[in-house]
Amino acid sequence: MILASGFFEDLFRGILQGTPPGAVYALIALGFVLTYKTSGVFNLAFGAQAYISAAMYFKVHSVWGWPKWAALLVSVFVLAPLVGLVLERAIFRHLRTASAVSKLVVTIGLSVALPEIFNWAARFSAVAGRQITGIVPDGAGVYYDPFGVYRFNRDELAMMAVALAGTLLLAALFRFTMMGLSMRAVVESPRMTELSGINANRVSAFAWALSSTFAGMAGVLIAPRFNSLSSGDYFTLVIIAVAAAATGLLVSLPRALLGGLGLGWFIAVFNTFLPGLADDHTWLRPFQENLTPSLPFVVLFAILVLWRAVGRQREASDPLAGVDPPPPALAALERHPRLTLFTRLFGVFFVTVVGLVVWFRADVLWMSLVTKAVIIALIYLSVTVITGMGGQISLCQGTFAAIGGFTVFQMADRFNMSVLAAALIGAALAAAVGALLSLPVLRLGGVWLAIATLAFAFFFDAVMVKFSWVGGGSTALLTGTQVPRPLIGPIDFASDRAFLVLAVVALVVVSVVVIQLREGTIGRTLAALRGSEVAAASIGISAARARIVAFAVSAAIAGLGGALLAMHQQNVNYALNFAPIVALFWLVVVVALGSRTVEGAIQAGAAFALFEPLILQGELLGWIVRGEERLPEFFPLSGNWRLILFGLMAMQFARHPEGLVEHGKRRSATRINGWLEAREARA
Amino acid sequence: MSASILELRDVEAGYGPFRALFGVSLAVGAGEAVALVGANGAGKTTLARVASGLLAPSAGSVHIDGSEADQGSLPAWRFVRAGVMHAPEGRSVFATLSVEDNLALSFQRAFGRSGLADGLDRAYELFPRLGERRGQVAGTLSGGEQRMLSLARVLVESPRLLIADELSLGLAPMVVDQVFETLSQIRATGTALLIVEQQVGHALELCDRAAVLEHGLISWQGPTNEAGAALESRLFESRAPH
Repeated sequence: MILASGFFEDLFRGILQGTPPGAVYALIALGFVLTYKTSGVFNLAFGAQAYISAAMYFKVHSVWGWPKWAALLVSVFVLAPLVGLVLERAIFRHLRTASAVSKLVVTIGLSVALPEIFNWAARFSAVAGRQITGIVPDGAGVYYDPFGVYRFNRDELAMMAVALAGTLLLAALFRFTMMGLSMRAVVESPRMTELSGINANRVSAFAWALSSTFAGMAGVLIAPRFNSLSSGDYFTLVIIAVAAAATGLLVSLPRALLGGLGLGWFIAVFNTFLPGLADDHTWLRPFQENLTPSLPFVVLFAILVLWRAVGRQREASDPLAGVDPPPPALAALERHPRLTLFTRLFGVFFVTVVGLVVWFRADVLWMSLVTKAVIIALIYLSVTVITGMGGQISLCQGTFAAIGGFTVFQMADRFNMSVLAAALIGAALAAAVGALLSLPVLRLGGVWLAIATLAFAFFFDAVMVKFSWVGGGSTALLTGTQVPRPLIGPIDFASDRAFLVLAVVALVVVSVVVIQLREGTIGRTLAALRGSEVAAASIGISAARARIVAFAVSAAIAGLGGALLAMHQQNVNYALNFAPIVALFWLVVVVALGSRTVEGAIQAGAAFALFEPLILQGELLGWIVRGEERLPEFFPLSGNWRLILFGLMAMQFARHPEGLVEHGKRRSATRINGWLEAREARA
Repeated sequence: MSASILELRDVEAGYGPFRALFGVSLAVGAGEAVALVGANGAGKTTLARVASGLLAPSAGSVHIDGSEADQGSLPAWRFVRAGVMHAPEGRSVFATLSVEDNLALSFQRAFGRSGLADGLDRAYELFPRLGERRGQVAGTLSGGEQRMLSLARVLVESPRLLIADELSLGLAPMVVDQVFETLSQIRATGTALLIVEQQVGHALELCDRAAVLEHGLISWQGPTNEAGAALESRLFESRAPH
């Protein structure tokens, strides 16, 4: 009896404790649902929008010393809608009829770039320990304890009240107003809405202003819970809140509210009881230590994979999609034969010159940077396979690469195995994990697949890396995850020059494999599936089999690349090379530059590895003007410019979804084709 | 010329690298009914899309009541506000919205909040099937019912000019008769028609002028009573080997 009453008291306390974080998830889930419902965008930049308003609030209130209401007005009701309007006008209006995949890539780019742009424009930098004060007076200092078990402060109560009021108001907006109906209509088909006599542009501008305001409100309300403001925390929160939004299939506001609260309760109750259980059953202890931080991601993954309704959800297609021009063929296929010949000759010439310069003139640093570019390009080919050919987004390519890297480390560390053999084992292991992962997630459509893979990446990051048989445990903390360079007979790849040759050979081999795959049965099958899954199934194509192969091959390539990168740096450097955020970065760079061709991946690899040292540090300009001392004073540029330019690249991608390189190639090919044909006609 | 509601002048249009119309000129006057006929792939649907503002022409111009239409992206709603309505081919409904919401979207703008109920009643009178399913999500309707829904939207509003693309496609013969009956009724109230139809007989009966579209060009236009002979010769011509 005493046990039972203690149990219920613990349960009750757990639920009360879980309510404030639950309200945080609910607020973000509501905003996420609002954006999705009114714009059709799976907006991973939502956290960035929330961050901007929170940072602005901090700046206006705590730095400039304005009163709270004025700070709230400026940050939430002026800046936030403005950001929404600018995003809509500059980016999302052009993306209304784009695929879910392109929209997702753009929001990932924005989630990195927006906070950087704001920090630069507002000269804002977060100071650790300087907390944001909430919007209510003395929000963190006054407590209410209605049940005698848990004390709520005023900030928490304000947050819960806004979540509840927001749900009611927004539900009323959708249910009773013409604007609500128009917003849903525009998401489904802007053209059909126009045929009903409604200005779709105005409706979507309103939708973005509204959802951005909500994002800003959520950002300011949540901010007091953080020790210091960081856009990364907001991004992680959004990923977790997706779980809550998913319980309402991204369209139900009340379910998003309940989902958020439920998530908070579940995690709090779990944390209340697991330590007690782990005291009694020691075998539970490692799980308790590792699982707790990753619980939200486990829940997210479980909801996506186990809940059948999510898997069945498909985007409603625009009945007037036929008005859009069809996606263009690869530029290379439309080129004049003489132009193709010239392009190939120039390519060979360019590669030869770069190779000679690197071989004879490069110092240790440059040799290393070029090697890194080659290996990154190899890893990017894994994106070419899964996204370029398969049309699907995987956000855990970094995890596959990490599996390759860690395998080499473990094999070399424990069994003293040859690292090249270990790299192959690592690739095979990554392929196996990829194939296994693909089984439950592949029936998910478009963005859901992306989120499930992202949840997997975060799970790997929070749990698996901590195990000593993966990340090396305490030895790795002391000595790092060291990986030796390979040695084949008399050739010692410890020499940087020799290792560069090895990396180039690996890149060439993988490129050939990818091209063969694209031209072969698998490539054609994937192209058919990209066109229409139903039509492909009606002629007897098994979507599942083709996609499992694509996933496994892609994971193997990433694993091999990860192993090579670990050998190159002689260390796995997980956090620097393979963390989930890094993999997001990879995806955007590859897709924005061109995920359909091998050249696209190579150019993206070069851009990723060389852009900062070559352009931002001013090395290239310095070489051109002969002497670093002649460089303009603003060099070297801050590394943050990389992030801002990265965002601009994502925005450019919005206009040219086939990739910027591919777009440029097509434009020049069309021009030169016309010129050549005119010459031939004259002759 | 001032009497035409809609006029296309030397319109060229297409999709990406593909051209579908090569310099088409066509005018529809107030109260006039024009049938647009042609083989599959002649450019009929593209012409209807340009005429309703869905697709911007790559050359030439579109005029409403004599003034040139805005060439910005998606100006279709301006066409609707000017009284030019378009019933696109196929299942053109909002699949995730209910039958009633689909209709309300158009009717509330056209008739105001007070006229909404009246408009809905008229739609359900026209197609009783829709009334039975008013709360159902439109994507779960059968193909024919979806067609009724997209027609109900334009037929009830009696616009100044109605552009209808493949009206009868997917409808049972009795319903087709009923739709043409309704069309002749709203014609009598002064609505001009531009009708794209495979069932040429029905269309010619209703309209007073016909235009024949071949390979993206209007090859013949004239009164419908002369259209039969013209069509026959055209048909044989286009079958002859080039």
